[in-house]
Formats: sequence, C-alpha cells, structure tokens
Amino acid sequence: MSAPQRATMRSLDPRVTRLQIPEELSEFHPKPPADEWEPYEVFWKEKPGDQPIHVGTVHAPNAEMALVFAKENYCRRGRTYALWVVRTADIYTFGPEDVDIFATTPEKTYREPDAYKVVQKLLRLKRRHHSSQEAHEA
Amino acid sequence: MYGNLSIVEPLVGVEQEDPEKLAEFEERIARGEKIEPTDWMPREYRRQVLRMVEQHAHSEIIGALPEGTWITRAPGFKRKLALMAKVQDEVGHAQLLYSAAETLGKPREQMVNDLLSGKAKYSNVFNYPALTWADTAIIAWLIDAGAIINQTLNSKGSYGPYARALERICKEEAFHLKYGYDNVVTLASGTKRQRQMLQEALNRWWKPIMHFFGPPDNMSVHSQKLLRWKVKMASNDEMRQMFLDAYVPKIWELGLTIPDPKLRKNPETGKWEYSDPDWDEFWRVINGNGPCNRERLAVRRMADEMGAWVRRALLKPEKQYVAPLF
Amino acid sequence: MKLEPELLPALKDLLYRMADDALILGHRHSEWTGLGPILEEDIAFSSIAQDKLGHAYALYQLLHELGEPEPDRVAFFRDAPEFRCCHLVEYPNGGYDFSLMRHFLFDVAEQWRYYLLEQSRYEPLAQLARKVRGEIKYHVFHATQWVVQLGARGTEESHRRLQQALETAFPLALGIFEPSDYEEVLAHSGIFPGEQVLQQRWLEGIAPILKQATLKMPDLSDVVPAYGGRRGIHTPYLQPLLDEMGEVIRSEPDAEW
Repeated sequence: MSAPQRATMRSLDPRVTRLQIPEELSEFHPKPPADEWEPYEVFWKEKPGDQPIHVGTVHAPNAEMALVFAKENYCRRGRTYALWVVRTADIYTFGPEDVDIFATTPEKTYREPDAYKVVQKLLRLKRRHHSSQEAHEA
Repeated sequence: MYGNLSIVEPLVGVEQEDPEKLAEFEERIARGEKIEPTDWMPREYRRQVLRMVEQHAHSEIIGALPEGTWITRAPGFKRKLALMAKVQDEVGHAQLLYSAAETLGKPREQMVNDLLSGKAKYSNVFNYPALTWADTAIIAWLIDAGAIINQTLNSKGSYGPYARALERICKEEAFHLKYGYDNVVTLASGTKRQRQMLQEALNRWWKPIMHFFGPPDNMSVHSQKLLRWKVKMASNDEMRQMFLDAYVPKIWELGLTIPDPKLRKNPETGKWEYSDPDWDEFWRVINGNGPCNRERLAVRRMADEMGAWVRRALLKPEKQYVAPLF
Repeated sequence: MKLEPELLPALKDLLYRMADDALILGHRHSEWTGLGPILEEDIAFSSIAQDKLGHAYALYQLLHELGEPEPDRVAFFRDAPEFRCCHLVEYPNGGYDFSLMRHFLFDVAEQWRYYLLEQSRYEPLAQLARKVRGEIKYHVFHATQWVVQLGARGTEESHRRLQQALETAFPLALGIFEPSDYEEVLAHSGIFPGEQVLQQRWLEGIAPILKQATLKMPDLSDVVPAYGGRRGIHTPYLQPLLDEMGEVIRSEPDAEW
C-alpha cells in the first residue's frame, strides 16, 4: 500500500513543478554551524607580469574545492593567468588595534626619492662655478 | 542585481556612541574615505549596512527564480546561453554580497536561516511571476536598469566591502541590461504576437517597477543620517526620477504604451508625474502577501534541503568561524 | 581536407551524436542553475552547462557547413526519433548524486573522445577538439574532485549515494559507446577511431578515480548497456524535454527571438 499522495506545487517554472515541493510549506530547520563551509580568499593574476590581486572570497570545504569554485566564481569572464586560494583563517595579519604601527612611516621621507632635491643643488653649483669662472677670466 | 534600502528603519542608539569617535568617523566619511570591516563604526551604522547588504544578497538569490522560470524554454541558442549566464550572474552576485555582509560578523548560515525562516526581506519585484518569455525580457532590461542606477550610486557608498562588490556587480549588470534591451527590441520589432506579448509584460511589470525604488520620500523620514553616512546615496524619489528620465523615452521610442495615463514630465518642475502606484500593494507584498512570496520561499527551502547532504558530507564542524577578509 | 562524398553520412552521424549529447546534457545541467547545493557550486555547474551548450552549437555549426539546417533549427525543432543522443543525458536530474555521477562518467568519455579527435583527418573537428580541450579538462577536474571527495572523504551517506548513483548511471553511460553502422568507415578514413576504442580508454580512465573514491565499479559482464539512443530509440524523458525546450521558439517558428 502506498502512502497517500501529498499535493505538490505547480509552478510557472517547469523545473520547480518537477521538484514536487509539497503545497504546504515544509517545516523550517535552521542550518547547523559551518553548514556553508568556511571562507577562502581568492587571488588572481590576469596576465603574465601582473601583480596578483585579491579578488574576493569563496566558501569551500577544502583547498581543492575552493580552487574548483574560484575558477568559475571569479574567472568566468575575461583573461586569467593564475589563480590562488588560501584559507582565510590561515592569513596572519595585524589586528585593527595595531594600525598605529604604520603611523610614522609616511614621515620617514629619507626613503623617498622626492626627499632629495638634487636638481636645485646642481643648478646652484653650476651657477657658482660659472660665476667663479667669470671672475677668473676677468 | 537588485538591492535597495527601500524602507529605512529608525536609527537607534547613536547618542550613546562615544562623541569623539563618532565625530572622527563622520569626518572620515565626509572626506570620502571608505570604512573597512575592522574600523570603528557606530553600532547603528553596522546594523544598517548589514541589513542593506544582506537584503541585497537575498534579493539576488531569490531574483534567480523569476528569470530561471524560462531557462529551459529560452528560444534559441543565443538566448538560452545568455539567460543561463545571466541567472548564473545573479547567483554570483548573491555569493559576493553574502561575503561582503559576512565581514560585519554575521555568518552566512545565519543570513540564509533568516531568509528561509521568512524573517528576512528582499526586493519586492521578485515576488511577481514571469508569465511569459517577454516578462524575462522586461525584467532583464528595466529591472536591471533600475538596479544599475541604484548600485552605481551605492558603489560610491562608504562601506568598503559593499562598494567593491558593487563595482564588480555593476560591470556584469552592463551585460544584463544590454541583453535585456536587445531582447526587448527584438520582440518589439517582431510579429504581432511578439509585440503583444511584450506590451502585456510591460503592463504587468510597470507597477512593480514603480515600487522598485521604495516608498516615496515623504513616507520614509529617517534617511538623512543614512545619506550623511553614505549608506544611502540618493533618496528613493531621486532614483525613481533618474530611472524615468532615462527609460521612459526609450520605452516610448519602441512604440510601447506605459500603463499610466497620468505619466508625464512636468516642463516647469522638470519632474515626472505619475499616478499613485498603489503603495498599499507594496506593503502587502513586502509583508509576505505578494503573488509569489510563498513559492519563492518554498523553492529556496527545497533547494537548501536537496543540497543538505552534499554540504553535510564535507562539513568540518570543529572549525571555528572566521569572517572573510574581503 | 577534401571529403569523399561517401564519408558524409558517417561524419554527420558522428557529429549529431556528439552535438545531441552536449545539447541535452547542457539542458539538464542548466536545470540546476539557481537551485544548486551551495552558491559556489551553483555557479561552477552553470558554467559547465553553458560550455556543453557551446559545444553543441559548435558541432551543429559544423553540420550546417555540411549542408544541415541552422543550429537553432536542428536543436529546437526536431522531435525525439530524429535525435541521436544516448539515454544517459536524457534522464531527469534526480538528486545531485545522479547529476554529479552522470557528469563524471560523461565528461571522462568526452575528454577521451576529443583527445582522439585532435588527430582527426577532418580538420574542422580536430580544430574544435583542440579548442575545447581546456574547458573539458575543467569539467573532468570538477567532476573528479566531487566524486572523490563525496566518495572517500565524505560521510557514509554520501558514499552510499554515490555508489547508488554509479550503479544507476553505469549502464546508461555504456550507451555512450553504442556502435554505429559507420564505425569502420570512420576508423579507416582517419576521422575517428571508433566507439569501442573510446569505451576502452574510458574504462581505463574512470577505474583509478572510482578506486580513489572507494566506489565499486559494476562488473561489465553483469550490466546491459542502454543502447538505442544512437538509432533514435529514446527513453520517455526525451520528448517532454524537447517539447519544453521548443515551447517558445516553436510558438512563432519563423520569427526572430
């Protein structure tokens, strides 16, 4: 003896009709934690010679699957030369409370080319040289 | 495709924030700086951004359903491939947006739970049925056009991860809009039956399109602060006017009739005037009583149930939750 | 290459088998778009569906160059008896277990088929085979990861489901290699070495992966291959699929859509 048939949803979408969803809304069961797996960060290089850039995240159960997903989640348009994934949890970074460790770096201009005004010095030198030469000739 | 913070909730608790930090935060935004996930932000900013991004994500995944209705019946290779790619993009946008929302500390499972339990809201337009092939053309053209207006504005918003997700999304939407327009123009220049099918679809979708940007500004009084925080980048009415400006002439150009005899641009104010698009219906639909709310929810629950064994099989429950960096 | 006229029916038969397989499987795969088990996989699988349709289109295009009607005409207007696809691709999706297993069994065969065709004397087909190599490599990579992980690294439930799906899909998959009347002609002319060669490569290809997935391959001698598709004899699932696929375009057959 078969169980009594439950009425199923008829939809404009034939795919949905085929799913045989009960007419009466099924009970809601909350997802368990980590049901959608864990995040991986995706890095991408468009062409040889480019810097890799961070393009986003995928949820995956492991690195192999993260790579399978990243390919179509982030590279389904345009060119791709390289694609990397890494577990978000494996990325080591400074905490937000520590951003002040970078605070004075911009002031340390001795590492910057702009801090060296060679051209002006050179002009001054040439002028001096020129005038001393004139003095000498005179 | 389509997020809009169409209904603004009252702001709470801002007066309890540290005034110095709040002032600094507001100055940063005024300077055009982006706010990143680990930066200090008022609790209310976090709540409002999360709610908006989450609603947008839900809208994308639910939005895959009305157009998906025609995926197995698309006429010809070109349309079949384009529709598949478009619906795929909507799922992709949901994926991007859930990640952006997660940076604010809410795991994706909880967001999906809120959708599946019926608690969360999403864009009203997806609670209307796509009765014919022409409906998908109207959706792809006009709903996506509305979405682009909204998203282009919001991509200049203050929350970094959302702004970045929207930039990527806007690039993809450009294809949707073009595909939709091509589809509409093809039907408009087609046989009598095709033209009729198109006109009827436009008639059906006009009201949801007018609702798309949310209730008129005089119904939502709390948006000033959200504009200042660059959570919202334009008011509902402003966006609606932009849409009408750009698209009404294009619709008329095709020889289609817009089902609103009062629709006209007032030459003195420069603003579009239109009939009351039945805001009662808007509220009915957003509160769960639209023509397709029940089906959309049932389908999402079914899809989640069908995939449960796959997710369960590779689940590592001992893993501690880590929000994506984005 | 100058095509000898007597080769034409053989070549067309081969192209129709391949094109019809790709079309119907792509269509079936597309039914998952928006309904997949997790967002990321929904997107990945949709791309595979689109690739299959792309392959079908390219093959119908080759047929068109050989005098057959336009791709839209042959794909959307023929009825089941005129189709040459195998039964494997016609079956409804069922659960994700069957869909994945079908995708795995089909794509390993597809990878070998196109590999062999890279050497085809029919240059347009050899060119196509070289062009789609990367796409099919991804399809196989995707399928293999899933089958191995759900088989060997999943739960008792996922292992059981995959084993069950393998047993259902295996006889259907053997139908991919249903011999045609043109086997010898195709082999002798250097167009395609034949379905028996392909089947052997396929068996050698799937065996180590199934082993890695801890799945038991059904004994070939116990299995009756699902033949008929290549001769226009189909499952009852194909005609309704075609009716649905053609519903809109057939409503105004001469219009532009």
